[in-house]
This record gives sequence, C-alpha cells and structure tokens, in this order.
Amino acid sequence: MDNESTYSGYSYKSSHSRSSRKHRERRDRHRSKSRDISIRGDKSVTIQAPAEPPLDAESTRGDDRDDNWGETTTVVTGTSVDSISNEDLTRISKDLEESLPLDWRRYLGPALGAVLGLFALVSPLAFLALPQLLWRDTLEPCGTPCEGLYISLAFKLLILLISTWALFLRPPRATLPRFFIFRSLLLALVFLFVASYWLFYGVRVLEPRETDYRGIVGYAASLVDALLFIQYLALVLLEVRHLQPAFCLKVVRTTDGTSHFYNVGYLSIQRAAVWLLDQYYSDFPVYNPALLNLPKSILSKKMSAFKVYNLGEENGTNNSTGQSRTMIAAAARRRDNSHNEYYYEEAEVERRVRKRKARLVVAVEEAFTHIKRHQDDEPSASSSPKHPREVMDPREAAQAIFAPLARAMQKYLRATRQQSYHTMEGIINHLQFCITHNMTPKAFLERYLSPGPTLQYLDTSRGRQWTLVSEEPVTSALRQGQVFSLRRLDFSLVVTVTALPFLHLGEEFIDPKSHKFVMKLQSETSV
Amino acid sequence: MEHPKASMSYIPGQPVTAVVQRIQIQKLRQDNNLILGFSIGGGIDQDPGQNPFSGDKTDKGIYVTRITPSGPAQDAGLRMGDKIMQVNGWDMTMVTHDQARKRLTKKSEDVVRLLVTRRSLEEAVKQSMCPKP
Repeated sequence: MDNESTYSGYSYKSSHSRSSRKHRERRDRHRSKSRDISIRGDKSVTIQAPAEPPLDAESTRGDDRDDNWGETTTVVTGTSVDSISNEDLTRISKDLEESLPLDWRRYLGPALGAVLGLFALVSPLAFLALPQLLWRDTLEPCGTPCEGLYISLAFKLLILLISTWALFLRPPRATLPRFFIFRSLLLALVFLFVASYWLFYGVRVLEPRETDYRGIVGYAASLVDALLFIQYLALVLLEVRHLQPAFCLKVVRTTDGTSHFYNVGYLSIQRAAVWLLDQYYSDFPVYNPALLNLPKSILSKKMSAFKVYNLGEENGTNNSTGQSRTMIAAAARRRDNSHNEYYYEEAEVERRVRKRKARLVVAVEEAFTHIKRHQDDEPSASSSPKHPREVMDPREAAQAIFAPLARAMQKYLRATRQQSYHTMEGIINHLQFCITHNMTPKAFLERYLSPGPTLQYLDTSRGRQWTLVSEEPVTSALRQGQVFSLRRLDFSLVVTVTALPFLHLGEEFIDPKSHKFVMKLQSETSV
Repeated sequence: MEHPKASMSYIPGQPVTAVVQRIQIQKLRQDNNLILGFSIGGGIDQDPGQNPFSGDKTDKGIYVTRITPSGPAQDAGLRMGDKIMQVNGWDMTMVTHDQARKRLTKKSEDVVRLLVTRRSLEEAVKQSMCPKP
C-alpha cells in the first residue's frame, strides 16, 4: 500500500567522471543484455505521472544509444570480447545493482492489515471476557441459550481464522504505485465496524456495568457475524469479481514485436498490470538484444552513396538542411538493393544455424550413448572382475560426458546469440538434471533449441522493477480503448485494451431424424 | 419411318454420328464477366436418367437446359434441349460437368463456336433425304 514511487536510482552515474563515460556505456550495454538475469527482491510497479520528466537514466541512455550505435554491434558480436564480458557483467551487476529500497516498506501494508485483523478477531473475546473479569458477581447467570451462543461463537471464530489464513495471509507479490482501492476500502470498513462496536460497548456495557450477560454474548455474536459478512465482501471484491472475462488485452513488446492476447475481468489498471506481468514471465520468450537489428552493413550502404559538395554560400544551418534533403531525395531515387542483401544475409545466417544445430544434435546423441543407468540388482557376475565399472553419481557422469559436446554447444549458442544466457556451469547442471530423470538427448536440448520464457532465466530470489506509464490514473478501471505501457530500462510492453463483444446466443433445435441426404447428380450450371 | 433416337446415342466402340448445326456465339460482357446466356446440364459424372431432353436415357452428353431470353445464345440460334458436341474444337460428348463449364467459360476467348445437335435436325435431314411419297 505504499503510494510512493520507487526509482531505479543510477546514482553511480553522476559520481563518475565524464572521461570514463564511454567505458561505462559499454558496460551498460552488457548490463542491459543481462537485465533479465540480474534480479531484485520482488516486483514493484511504480507509477510514472505523464508530466514528470523522464528518469535521468532513461534520457541519457537514449542519447548514447544513437552516438554509440556502431560500438554496440561490435561489442556484442565479437568473439574475443564476449568471454571477458561475461565475468565483467556478473561482477558489475553484483557491485552496482541497486538494492530494493528498504525491505520493510514492502510489508507495511500487510502488517497494517494483520494488526487490524487481529484486533477484530480478539474483540468478541474481549467483549465476553471483560464483564467476567470486572463485575462477575453482579452478572445474571446465563443458562443453555448462552452455551449455544458460545458454541456458535467459537466455531464462527474458527472459520474466520481459517479463511483469513487461506485468503489473506499470503506474501505480497507486488507493490503497487497507488492504494489498492478495494483492499483499503475493506480495511476501512473493518476498522469502522470494530470501532463502532467498541464505542457502543463502552457506552452501553462498560459504563453502566450491564448485568444482562446473555445480551452481551449476543452482542459479541453479532460482531462475529458482521465480520463474517465483511469477509464475504472481501472474497467477492478481491478474488471473485475479476474472474469473469470482460476485456481482451493485447500486449506487444516494443523491441521485437512479440505479442500476446489475454482475457481479463474487471480490474483496475494497476492490478491488470500486475496480472499481466505474471503472464509475461511465463509466456514471452526471453528478450535477446543481440537478435534485434539489421546488420549495420546493410543499412549504411544507403547513406554513403552520395557526397554533397557545397558551392558558394557558407551559411551553415541553411546548407545542412538542404544537404540532408537532397541526400534523402537522391537516395530515394536510387535503385535500392539493400533488401537483396538482407535476404541473402538472412538465408546465410539460417543455414549456418541449421548446420551448427545438426552438429550439436549429433554430438549430444553420441555423448548420451556413453553412459547408462547402473542397476543395483545386477548380479555381480555379469560385470567381469577384469573391467570393473566405476559407479558415478549424476554430477560426475554429467562432467564426464560434457567434454565432447561442449564445443558443439558453444558454437551453436554463439550462432543463435544465446551464449550470454547459458554458462558452462549451468549447462552441466542441466545435463545432470536430465541424466537423473532419464531424459533423452532431445529433452536435454529443448532448453537450448528455442528461447524459453523469461522465467526460465530468472533468479527468483530478487525482484524486478517495472514502471507503469499511463495517461489515466492507475486506479481507474479498465475501459475500451485504453492504452498503457509497462516499461523496463531497455524495452517496454505496450498494452491495448479492447472490450470483449457482447454475445447474442440463439438456439436452434435439430431433430436427429432430419439428417437426410441425396446424391447430387444433376447439376445445372449457367455459362 | 424409324425414330431417329438411335443415331444420337452412344454405342461403345462405334464412332458417334450426328447431324450437327454450327452455332457461333459472341460472349457478352456483363459486370466483369463474359456470359453466354444459357445453362448446361449433364456430363459423365452426372445421372443421365434425370435428363429431360435426351432421347436415350443413358446419354451422358452436355445438354442445354435453359436459355436466357434475348441473350447471346438465343440470338445465335441455340435452343433448349440441344446437345453440345464440340466447343471450339474440343469434344463435349465425354466430359465431366465441370470440364464442360470450363471449356465454355474461358476468359481468354470471347467467341465460342459450338457444334450442336437436336432431334429436329435429324428428322429434317431424314425428311429431305426420303421425300414423302
């Protein structure tokens, strides 16, 4: 329930000198590549009001991207630099990663709710206990009706406790930028109820030392009933209302265009954003910045074909605009062959990837034939004493067969630009996992042959920082035609909301006996 | 006089002989289509027993079942019940219904030259050959 924005503070940037900026930009490029691997404590969605200037980090990053365009591509695709950069970026990410600000903030809201809930649960017991403690002698004895009320009270409290534990006592999965309207409404309602009950109790029972104990027990029972109804309301508002689908959200990732459609119910923008991000982590393939751009060689040929000479005037600004315009016009008129190069380059890359994949598959298949599971109940006579077979545990077995497939694996990962997502250690771990569970080589390879969902590459011990950018207040409900976006540092998800159509369902009864057919043998065609 | 039914039917292994009339129809352009103005029925994939125009109910040839009044076909002299023997040189006595339709509706041709036969032709020829005593 914190209504403060949490920034990803790149405070280190301002402290460094300008001279080392270029080197820092390079590391930032690696950092952006490893964004999905280096993680924080939990997901926090922060609001970005439209009038605010963009975060400092964003603006500088945007400028530098244009300046260092060439540098980016060389760094990512070069082979020698890659091996260095892997250690580099893991070290940097541990050093310079900002930690999530003040962990206690995350638990503030739930703690408040817990205190209130505890207070509400204890109140009926207090209502019953206080008269007994304070003026026991003057209380009227209360027979069987009271006992019935005691039993019902006890069971209702037990049910309240269990359902509260089931519904509300869960670790929070996200921190929202604004108040969660329904939750705060319910907390306020509970507080009001309990406070008014205590008020009446204080005025009507404690002060005049009411002796009708049965009435007091009835009063406590009615409080428990009211609490049960509030819990019903909470269940409906928080858990049930948004289950019936009402809107279709189209989510598009800005960098590579992967899109998905999701059906959601009636939610506010921030709740829809949280739900959407849960789906994002398991549905969208991981964002690989290395796979994005056309090779610079194809695009740059267009621009370098014409040189414009200035004859005469030395008016700088006038000439520059005129120059660029003539260049663009000339480039447009020239016959453009870059699509041809793009096509051949694509075909070449694809061929190379397929070849390496074939090599990899063969290497893995062969490697898997070298080991087999040792059966404990094999009679010892079968393994001859001349060739004692060494019994290994999965880790050693994995390491033993890793060597032949390491090279093929590395070349394949390089070809598909996935080398930053899989370390040698990780591959051996996965191999060990597959061997333990009797998987075939194909099952082992499924992790590498297609880019998996982002969740697969995530270390879930730390959280993720997202920024919700919206033109409307984020607590407003979803509506047809709304657009909002969820931004991370190097990409964002643009979400468009469309309402699901109203369905007119008609009915038509078909008598099962009415299915009759004739041969269509005499047709007439007009020409 | 013998009924000339037999001459129009198909005896397997024997060449088909018939008295035919040449009809040339100019296709009419209507809403981006070229139409001829008649409907055909029959074909080797159809049921010949339902053909109302054929004398021999095993005849699977292509027959004219309907003619659009004042259309190009009627103006050229085609009549309902005619059996089409050839279209632009292509044989129509042993074709499927769809093949016949395609031969008639080729977009590249705007004139079709048909060879058609009808019972009245046979009778007219017979009458001219054997004058009534």
